[in-house]
Amino acid sequence: MTVAGDALAQRSERFQIRVRGLERSFGSQQVLGGVDLDLERGRINLVIGGSGAGKSVLLKLLIGLIKPDAGQIYVDGEDIVPLDDFALNRLRPKFGMVFQYAALFDSMTVEENVMFPLLEHRRRQLSRAQIREVARAKLEALGLVGIERKFPAELSGGMRKRVGLARAIVMEPEILFYDEPTTGLDPVATKNVDEMIQEIAEKLKVTSVVISHDMASTFRIGHRVSMLYKGQIIASGSPHEVLADPPAPLREFVETSGAVTLPPARELVQR
Amino acid sequence: MAPVFALLTRAVNRLWDAPRRFLQVFGEMLLLLFNAALWALRPPYRLSLVLQQMDFIGVGSLSIIVLVSVFTGGVFGLQSVEAFRLFQADGYVGTAVALTLAREIGPVITALMVAGRAGSAMATELGSMRISEQIDALSTLAVNPVQYLVVPRLIASTLVLPALTMVYDVCGMFGAYLFAVVVKGVDRGIFMHNVRWYTDFDDVGMGLIKALVFGLTLALVGCHQGYNASGGARGVGLATMRTVVISSVSILVIDFVLTDILITLGF
Repeated sequence: MTVAGDALAQRSERFQIRVRGLERSFGSQQVLGGVDLDLERGRINLVIGGSGAGKSVLLKLLIGLIKPDAGQIYVDGEDIVPLDDFALNRLRPKFGMVFQYAALFDSMTVEENVMFPLLEHRRRQLSRAQIREVARAKLEALGLVGIERKFPAELSGGMRKRVGLARAIVMEPEILFYDEPTTGLDPVATKNVDEMIQEIAEKLKVTSVVISHDMASTFRIGHRVSMLYKGQIIASGSPHEVLADPPAPLREFVETSGAVTLPPARELVQR
Repeated sequence: MAPVFALLTRAVNRLWDAPRRFLQVFGEMLLLLFNAALWALRPPYRLSLVLQQMDFIGVGSLSIIVLVSVFTGGVFGLQSVEAFRLFQADGYVGTAVALTLAREIGPVITALMVAGRAGSAMATELGSMRISEQIDALSTLAVNPVQYLVVPRLIASTLVLPALTMVYDVCGMFGAYLFAVVVKGVDRGIFMHNVRWYTDFDDVGMGLIKALVFGLTLALVGCHQGYNASGGARGVGLATMRTVVISSVSILVIDFVLTDILITLGF
């Protein structure tokens, strides 16, 4: 291991996840070409990028659904890349994941969906009745009352997302991943989801990692913003820092979305 | 010269494409089977999921198996009577039907019916779960999807197929009896005597061993196709279609190989 690797293998107070030199190709197409990324503990980290920039692939790598061709992913100082499925399952209760389209189990009711992680992993400590109570409490906390016995197909997109969130937080994870949480929602629902992410982050003190291309949300809720462009991170820092002197792709991204007004580009300044 | 060479390369590539894909799918299925065997040994053991699948594959297929077996057994009885009467040997209709059903037709038709009904359903269900990221969701909840989805289906299908085959054999014999004895007037005593006299446990055993292998095969094909589905609704449709084609062909090919092996072993 390199000297830098040794330092990364230490638990860092500030950064819970540190990614170095992450590469991944599909066939002859390179999707990620050496990603370096730090994600802050207990804050809302946004990873933004256009369609096809490799955001979803990065997310799948971070939670260990696929393996990279090269590079390291340190979670609390432990490199998760060499771990097999069995070892990963030991770490996974640390992670919660909110899928783009919720990915609820459609053969189960809402309540059973939220109970599922506890039934799988806490059966020794909790009775079924207790588990049901915990699940109901989580659903209620997210404003979902009276839909326990419904099936996912009977819910609206926004509600499904909230059930997905309830399922993700029921195990009280330390890190919550959101895959494009506001895609396909109307502006009001988008704002609600944003507030929900903030509320969860504050209440549960979790590290939130949000993959998004919604610029308005990004600058409303993000503590730290990183931009993925053509398989690499081209800007990283607080929204303020990033917007102070954005690289060209980010500038275009922000200006086209009209979410934030940028100061005029300092084109003559050598960077 | 160059265009001729390019043409040749293309032709060879195209010829090689089919066996290459076959080997790839075959290899993937073996890997999935190996993976499933490993996860089957690790706790937690999900008995309720196995029972649920046994209910779906077994109890769910019961009515169709009964219906099909009575008719195939019946038509088999009818045809045999016609043929055997040419030699004044219609007393042996029962023997012919019993041996063929137990050794061959029972396991094969049962497996083909279950592949069409339950194997394709496995591909569709797992394929939809793959497309809607439910399989990924299982992984992120620290539940191994092979252990949760594939293992119960493989075990259930392997256990249930022999039982269904036995149902098929019995109902098929009933069909044959109905048409040969009741309709065509073959002597009841001779019919039953010859069935008992010529059918050994080995004959039924051969069919049940085949059924075990077919059960595993059809579930493995369905799970493999569904688990690796991609490309939205179209992908799920393709996975379902491939499941029916691949499992039907595999069942018939395996049947041939297995028959040869079992006969060599003295069945």
